[in-house]
Amino acid sequence: MEILVCVKRVPATGGRIALTPDGQEIDTRYLGFTVSPHEECAVEEAVRIVEAQGGSATVLTLGPAAAEEQLRDAMAVGVDRAILLETDGREFDPVATSSAIVEAIRVQEAAHGRFDLVLFGNEAADTGDFQVGIRVAVALDRPVVTGIKSLTLRDGTAFARREATGGGWETYEIPLPAVLSVKEGLNLPRYPSVPGRLRAKRKEIERIQPAWSRNGTVKVGLRLPEEEGAHAEILGNGPDTAPTVVDLLVRIGVLAS
Amino acid sequence: MSGVLVFVEHAAGELDRLSREALVLAASLLSGPGGPLEAALFGPGAADAARSLGAHGVASAHVVDDARLASYAPAGWGAAIAELMAARSPAAVIAGGSDRGHEVLAHVAARTARPMVTNVVDVTAGDPWRLTRQRWAGSLLEDAELSAEVALLTVAPHVVPVEEVDPGAAAASAPAAAVLPFAPQVNERDLVARVTGREAPVAGSVSLTDAKVVVGGGRGVGSAEGFAELEELAGLLGGAVGGSRVVTSAGWRPHSDQIGQTGLRIAPDLYIACGISGAIQHIVGCKAAKRILAINTDPDSPIMAAADYAVIGDLHQVVPAITAEIRRRAGG
Repeated sequence: MEILVCVKRVPATGGRIALTPDGQEIDTRYLGFTVSPHEECAVEEAVRIVEAQGGSATVLTLGPAAAEEQLRDAMAVGVDRAILLETDGREFDPVATSSAIVEAIRVQEAAHGRFDLVLFGNEAADTGDFQVGIRVAVALDRPVVTGIKSLTLRDGTAFARREATGGGWETYEIPLPAVLSVKEGLNLPRYPSVPGRLRAKRKEIERIQPAWSRNGTVKVGLRLPEEEGAHAEILGNGPDTAPTVVDLLVRIGVLAS
Repeated sequence: MSGVLVFVEHAAGELDRLSREALVLAASLLSGPGGPLEAALFGPGAADAARSLGAHGVASAHVVDDARLASYAPAGWGAAIAELMAARSPAAVIAGGSDRGHEVLAHVAARTARPMVTNVVDVTAGDPWRLTRQRWAGSLLEDAELSAEVALLTVAPHVVPVEEVDPGAAAASAPAAAVLPFAPQVNERDLVARVTGREAPVAGSVSLTDAKVVVGGGRGVGSAEGFAELEELAGLLGGAVGGSRVVTSAGWRPHSDQIGQTGLRIAPDLYIACGISGAIQHIVGCKAAKRILAINTDPDSPIMAAADYAVIGDLHQVVPAITAEIRRRAGG
């Protein structure tokens, strides 16, 4: 199995987001960087498939030179090789991002053979565009399903499940080659080992300069949503507060009096 | 180029909440481009759902009439909407902020090579269109402009108030929507990825997204066994139990119980957050709750800024005390 997994470098935001003074970016001076939990699961799944069925896993990202860190993180848990679509820091919109990825996939497949499976996270943690995987699949004329939380590959077919609206699951049987966007919960990602980190540090990264383009959308600026209410009303301390809490439950109508 | 087309989801004829939100945003837009509000519906029960749309301001509802598209097929449904879009020339095509809403509209965008803007909270038609959309699942807002022949938009979940539409009163005054069968061209390639099987939810369980009360646990719960106290309280309130990402990553609860950016977005009447500090990842999943009660040992934790009420204390003492008090008032 030849697997490509696409990830995006994003700040690890923790408890609160701060913006740069011009309101154009998140102030990342005091933040680390990561990929979305969905993408961690995509990386883990790629590694598990190759461990079980052979072949190789490749990780790709579009981002600044510093996104090398996320590629090495993926190689530290077992991904074989990495491709960096290195930007000059400008934000690529979903159309430009997917065009750059499609171009890179075509070049890679011409040189190394076809990817049986291209994996994405369901949506990027930061921009939440929900479309790059689908745009890539449509451009490559391959079937695609998003939101996958369970996956088995057998006899050239991907048996995939996702949660259905209103509860339960819906299942898909998709012939390979295919594109899947996955969600956290697909697996429990492993932590990198020290030898894994050392190996990843020495590996080559293939670098490509993708073409930036504007495709109908322009970011004017970012802002924080207005806080709704300043702070919680403190009902009390400790278990003695229980009667006050139950009074509240009755008052707001979630418990019959 | 006028009017707005909405992809309307429904379960056996009953309108999906996120689709109702999309209809509200779409109706508010029509003061801009003018023209009719139209809808596209698929699957069993679509005609029933379509008839109810007059109350939501829909003039005509196109019901896709092809057995091959009765079962969900993302590319096939997207192709049908793209064909309808070409035939009706709306100024915008709008979907709810659901898995299917995002997915189907992204297929429309990809196959017609148009930009698509997701998780919109506010929009004004024009040249360019002016939009506000969510980033980071709503912890950040982006003001944006869109220049496009057709605006393809999804609506951020649980932001647009649907209560403003009163189906009963509106149905009495509004004309019924015209229900129009629509037979799109179907390409077998677009049916390759389609739902081939279903597994029903566990019988008798209250789903987190439908529950009126949700009791959530975080790191402070301490173990899988620690959730028994939360289960008991949720049981008394007819509610459901969920957890933060810490809890599902530790394996204390299944991932399907995760409330947060990479789990479920809930909108109950009351969310009781127990031992949850309130990382952005979690807050975006629960902030649509009408009220939040936090039970936490730390009065300075970020959850306090999101909560309406708080009890400062150890959840392992406070939660059983609340449960005991409810039982005492119920007479034992």
